[in-house]
Amino acid sequence: MTLHRYAKLVTVFTVLLIAAGGMVTSTGSGLSVPDWPTTYGWNMFTFPLSKWVGGIRYEHTHRLIASTVGFLTIILAVWTWRVEPRRWVRTLGFLCLGAVILQGVLGGLTVLLLLPPPVSIGHAGLAQIFFCLTLTLAVVTSPGWRAAGSPESPVVTPDEVLRRLAAFTTAAVYTQIILGATMRHTNAGMAIPTFPLAFGHLVPPVWTPQIAIHYAHRIGAIVVTLAILATAGRVFYLHGSRRELVRPSVLLLAFLCSQVTLGAFVVLTAMAPVVNTAHVVNGALVLGTALVLALRVYRFSGSQVPGFSGSQVLGFSGSAGSAGSAGSPGSTGSGDSADSPGSPVRGFNQAQARP
Amino acid sequence: MFRIFRLIAPAAVAIAVVACSGSNQSKSPQPASPAAAPDARKVDEGTAGSISGKVVVEGTVPQNAPIQMSSDPACEAENKGGAAQETYVASDGGLQNVFVYIKDGLGNKYLFDTPTDPVKIDQKGCHYVPHVLGVRVGQPLQVVNADSTMHNVHGLPKANQEFNFSQPVPMTSTVTFTTKEVMIPFKCDVHSWMHSYIGVLDHPYFAVTASGGKFDLRTVPAGTYTVEAWHEKLGTQTQNVTLGEKENKEITFTFKASPAATQ
Repeated sequence: MTLHRYAKLVTVFTVLLIAAGGMVTSTGSGLSVPDWPTTYGWNMFTFPLSKWVGGIRYEHTHRLIASTVGFLTIILAVWTWRVEPRRWVRTLGFLCLGAVILQGVLGGLTVLLLLPPPVSIGHAGLAQIFFCLTLTLAVVTSPGWRAAGSPESPVVTPDEVLRRLAAFTTAAVYTQIILGATMRHTNAGMAIPTFPLAFGHLVPPVWTPQIAIHYAHRIGAIVVTLAILATAGRVFYLHGSRRELVRPSVLLLAFLCSQVTLGAFVVLTAMAPVVNTAHVVNGALVLGTALVLALRVYRFSGSQVPGFSGSQVLGFSGSAGSAGSAGSPGSTGSGDSADSPGSPVRGFNQAQARP
Repeated sequence: MFRIFRLIAPAAVAIAVVACSGSNQSKSPQPASPAAAPDARKVDEGTAGSISGKVVVEGTVPQNAPIQMSSDPACEAENKGGAAQETYVASDGGLQNVFVYIKDGLGNKYLFDTPTDPVKIDQKGCHYVPHVLGVRVGQPLQVVNADSTMHNVHGLPKANQEFNFSQPVPMTSTVTFTTKEVMIPFKCDVHSWMHSYIGVLDHPYFAVTASGGKFDLRTVPAGTYTVEAWHEKLGTQTQNVTLGEKENKEITFTFKASPAATQ
């Protein structure tokens, strides 16, 4: 197994962990195990299976998956440190480790402090950051990412607007997730019990803190939708032959559709736990896809290289295919272009870059 | 790498210290006597009266929601005939599980001894028994796990301190409250259907309606009082009562069951 594949495995486990955490909150099981790190006085790993009943099943399963992810992350950090030549990627590996440790402590704290909203929201927010970190590590260790920095890689013109759009979309999705977490942990999920209108109006006729939080999440959904449509639209219109951008854009639109649908059903089913959790997990997938797209936009749209004019960049052309298939298999690359400013590069003009 | 360790390690240790020190369970630590005026006196039982009566419910009483206990075989085994919530318990037109108490009017004119006899709430067959009860400020409340399964006891007061403790085996824990509060919800997060409500008062004039919705507040000194009846779904109702010496007053609270009410 390569480091890239292992990082992908950790990312998949992280999604599983987010799902398990989502079920804990959705079923109201967050305090079903009052002690931490023990479980009803047992060592977490020796807690008898026969006692996994009611809410304990969700909370204890979440703790065990979290422990597994923590263990996997230790390996990830050490592996990255041992084999990865790029210093910033090694740092990224240890950032993952630091985040997962902090996340575990926050999880314990929120149980011991009886789920104070700031700690619970912080726990939910850090979960997404940890997911983004492992995902980033998986992306930057991919053959395609490395190949994009090699002298043989084709070149495209940087699209500054797309870069800003992709970055904004990722930030908007994350902000929206934090709003959602705030809604979940302040019991505002059913503050507006109707959908798509709020109490029959576009704007709620009455306001409470919970209604404001809930409504902000709905407004956030519109902002995120517009951001994703703008980003994906620009990719399709100006970079339609670049599969490494088109594919995450298509995926992003698909996840957006399912996310809006799930959001509606969360309200219409009065927060059925499975639907609610699916909304949380799908939200993470929207964030992850937006992040991958942003990373690829920045990486494959070229980096400004000292000694070259603005139109001369390192990069990746649409005709080269997907990120994963574009790199030369044997190429390990000593670093990204930013790490090796002196590496030879080829300059292309804009006409060459466009399909 | 070591730079990262230097950053992460102290933060992790600091948070771990906070985590370990934050686990105090919440049995409210200091029983406090209600503040009494300097000339406060004990109630003269010879001149005291009583307020009794009934809580009735009009309209169709909603069906209690059935409880699905399959998530815990031990609970399921204890409820083979099926189980339902205890939100609406009505008989002879009267409503049970209503907490009736003197809300206002006693002021700080009277001294009341804090009972040392504990009040008991059981977790039996994965239900709280009783479903509604009252306890005095500072009086011990024994929480018993009579079940073969695990429960956590999660109190959600607003004026008192929130708590959450485990009862992994049949056992008894004791809780006290420092401040009057009507009502404090209790819940079990393991068994999401388990709810109970505790009224905490600094005087002895409270009751939970029994069969037929009847209640009785005894040895009440003469005076004018606001009496409140509280129900977990139907809300509260109040009545003003003026009680003379040795007088027995009968009052009736009437709740209306909403057709839209559920469980």
